[in-house]
Amino acid sequence: MKKRLVEIAHARSGDKGDTANVGLIAKHAKYYPLLEKQVTAARVARHFKGMITGKVERFELPNLHALNFLLHGALDGGGTISLKTDAQGKVFSTALLRMEIEVPK
Amino acid sequence: MTKVVRIAAGQGFWGDWLEAPYRQVTGGPIDYLMMDYLAEVTMSIMQKQKSRDPSLGYAKDFIPLMQRILPVLAQRKIKVTANAGGVNPGACAAAVAEVARSLGLQGRLKIGIVTGDNLLDRLDGLLARGHTLANLDTGRPLRDVRDHVLSANAYLGAWPIVDALRQGADIVITGRVTDTGLTLAPLIQSFDWRPDAWDRMAAGTVAGHIIECGAQASGGNRLLDWQRVPDLANVGYPIVEARADGSFEIVKHPGTGGRIDVPGVTEQLVYEMGDPTAYITPDCVADFTTIQLSQVRKDRVRVSGVKGKPATDKLKVSIAYSYGYKAVGTLVYSWPDALAKAEAADRILRQRLTDLKLSFEAIHTEFVGADATHGPLARKELAADDLPEVQLRIGVRAREQAPVDRFTREIAPLILNGPPSVTGFAGGRPKPEEIVAYWPALIDKQVVKPVIEVVQV
Repeated sequence: MKKRLVEIAHARSGDKGDTANVGLIAKHAKYYPLLEKQVTAARVARHFKGMITGKVERFELPNLHALNFLLHGALDGGGTISLKTDAQGKVFSTALLRMEIEVPK
Repeated sequence: MTKVVRIAAGQGFWGDWLEAPYRQVTGGPIDYLMMDYLAEVTMSIMQKQKSRDPSLGYAKDFIPLMQRILPVLAQRKIKVTANAGGVNPGACAAAVAEVARSLGLQGRLKIGIVTGDNLLDRLDGLLARGHTLANLDTGRPLRDVRDHVLSANAYLGAWPIVDALRQGADIVITGRVTDTGLTLAPLIQSFDWRPDAWDRMAAGTVAGHIIECGAQASGGNRLLDWQRVPDLANVGYPIVEARADGSFEIVKHPGTGGRIDVPGVTEQLVYEMGDPTAYITPDCVADFTTIQLSQVRKDRVRVSGVKGKPATDKLKVSIAYSYGYKAVGTLVYSWPDALAKAEAADRILRQRLTDLKLSFEAIHTEFVGADATHGPLARKELAADDLPEVQLRIGVRAREQAPVDRFTREIAPLILNGPPSVTGFAGGRPKPEEIVAYWPALIDKQVVKPVIEVVQV
């Protein structure tokens, strides 16, 4: 069945210049393989279409049951240049948690 | 008994909770109080303050804070590492010394001062000798914006702080050092770790990363089960309890609020993360994919297994430069049709800016309450007709100040000559802001010479 990531994962994000990072953490170790398989860099890039101008990179941290995404060109220039409310990407993580993935019953 | 060293986080940024350091030094045993004051563009603010008054240019809040806690520090033999010195660590140290003397601590306190990070006066020489200081994000050479540079500081690591501690400093005040160096240095000093003990360097760096944002590792700004984090009003800031083998535990003082558990520490670990296999500092390259976390008991998380690789031969340089101007205006529209009214106001405003022939690098509109943080992802699921209110938030950015100034006069007229049911303009006309932008670069380590001075109060 389809579930939103918010049901099986939590997340925190931050910034480096115009790049936002989103750390996506499985709520339970058993969910990590689902994240690893389905929440690909390409899928995340599609999810954020229209919100970021650059590429998406993904890194795996199986030891923490977590994935780290770098979303380039996410912050309208970033830091002090940006005109966005979320100029430092602090809540970009919560936007990723809207994504739906297939979770076995 | 195995030696344990306790390092407590007191400030996660300049402006953090003023009660936290006092609670850390009085709430239980600690050996070091670590305080991080410097965000990316903080140095440029301090540089401006110093140019107006040569005795300024550091985190001024640090002085009354030290006045409050110095007697406890002296009595309990707690040492301090803080990058509160900004662009003027000497003046910061002098102010702390004065406070210490007024508290009757003369002869009982040594202050260490770490400088050498400030490259502003050396920039032209460095550029002439072929150091391009190219922007790490864009690749552009610094000479493109040289005339607009306001501050330039290399990030020093743990070792200059270690030198100051070895010379007997009780309080080490630095300019730009890495957040993690403030925690790693006391561990190197306490356990006499060698510079090439890369796993130990990495472990101390991870410890520093976990506590450098203060309560963000102990229940603050924590997403998972956030409603069940107890007593945030009384939150205990995190403390590293480290052992010589590089393993450590994250704890907080007994009787404090917040929570220290594996999910919370994990959230902090991924904060501002890049490539987790290469967390680069001046002291080592830490591999976050080797970190093992386990819950020892309530509010105690063990961190072990951290692996590190040799440090690179570069230092990161944080450069701030004058970029241009921006302003942000807001108006609030109420039900019925709150979002439609705000959208209409945005269209009208943009039409007027066009008709005035104002030229901007960017115009950015958000509808707060509808799409400000989640953009189109939120819009497609929105019950727009039900929104009780929406805030129109529109910002402009330009290299010149004039168009931004003119923009600030176009918000208020919309109250009477735009869509109806508008309020929330009590703050008056938006203020144009100078943009000080951040330029990250690398420089050869060998050209940066840290300077360590230790003075008796």
